[in-house]
Amino acid sequence: MSSEMTVNDHIPIALRTEALEQILVERGLVDPAVMDGFIKTYEQDVGPLNGAKVVAKAWTDPDYKARLLDNGTAAVGELGFKGPQGEHIVVVENTDDVHNVVVCTLCSCYPWPLLGLPPSWYKDPAYRSRVVKEPRTVLSEMGLDVPEGTQIKVWDSSSEVRFFVLPRRPAGTEGMSEEDLIPLVTRDAMVGVAEVTGS
Amino acid sequence: MSTIQPASGIADMGGDDGWGAAPRPDPQEPPFKEDWEKRAFAMALLSMRLSGTNLDAFRHAMNRLDRAHYVDDGYYGRWLYGAENLLMDSSIIAPGTVEARAVNMSGGQADEPAAPEAHKPDYAPTAAGSIRQIDAPQKFHVGQRVRAKVLKAPGHTRLQKYTQGHVGTVAIVEPAQVLPDTHAHFIAENAQWVYTVAFDSHELFGPDAETFTLNTDMYEDYLEDAS
Repeated sequence: MSSEMTVNDHIPIALRTEALEQILVERGLVDPAVMDGFIKTYEQDVGPLNGAKVVAKAWTDPDYKARLLDNGTAAVGELGFKGPQGEHIVVVENTDDVHNVVVCTLCSCYPWPLLGLPPSWYKDPAYRSRVVKEPRTVLSEMGLDVPEGTQIKVWDSSSEVRFFVLPRRPAGTEGMSEEDLIPLVTRDAMVGVAEVTGS
Repeated sequence: MSTIQPASGIADMGGDDGWGAAPRPDPQEPPFKEDWEKRAFAMALLSMRLSGTNLDAFRHAMNRLDRAHYVDDGYYGRWLYGAENLLMDSSIIAPGTVEARAVNMSGGQADEPAAPEAHKPDYAPTAAGSIRQIDAPQKFHVGQRVRAKVLKAPGHTRLQKYTQGHVGTVAIVEPAQVLPDTHAHFIAENAQWVYTVAFDSHELFGPDAETFTLNTDMYEDYLEDAS
């Protein structure tokens, strides 16, 4: 770092972040331990494993699946999943005829209690701007070719409703238990830019 | 806090061209790629409480950023700049404070503005979160044809420009929620019904568009009957 830096220079973002934290901590406005707690929650506790548990349960328990599609918020709450960015969850089901994919064009709204914080592709302007205009092309660029006969439904999250995709259960997994299915379910499948595969 | 600052327009990017190819997902990507992102994330969450504002004001604080501030440092970059906007709006920190501190931390010398007297908005939420119980009847019903209004107000909105003026069909009646357009500016919660509206892709993007259905949420004030 040059010692000739002035306030008119571009401040590198890492330094800028550190400067703001130092000011707020010094003035007693922010407790670094509280910040550490937020970070730990989303680094270690709340992530796509939550959503995978919901999906595996829905695949193996038809009554649960019915409740999940009828009232997503209550059904994921049965498994203890709730919190910020999860006030009202709507679950949309992928079938042989319909493929659902979720976006937030205006920012990057995402169902945190089920999936944690959004991945970089979800926050990328290319995804945000284009998946509402040419979803088939965008999904193909991301590695998912949706069959021509499959209807695509895009869900642009513009209110506090959070959409969550129930992926198709892969063929060949009929004998597997709920517990064994959980590791198969990926974050990207629960947003609708990938399918779950059997291994 | 009385003047409504306009959005720059950069955030309302749905339907825009020119952003290149969609990235390939990396299944192993961690929640944060760099350490500063963690600190920016946590401070941004705290900035709403510190500034006495709300989530809609935070979104608008990001939507006011110019393209460089919105894009160049990525998602947590705009969170940090948005948080700084909220803190300056409520006079928790004076403009120039962060820059001066950064210079001083890197071996330079700059005068830091004194801590100003806080000036938070005259605002308190009527309940936690955004969902509210309301008595008003729903103006629209599932299956009804509705048109998204064309909005020209300068302040915050969640009505995307790519939907404005277009006709769709109510698919789901969602819970009533506070209206971001007034809530972001501390004018009123204005809780109202929200509808998930399904639009045909050709209605939005013309006869040559890919065939699909676009569903998005519309606050009741955004809609008019088109049946």
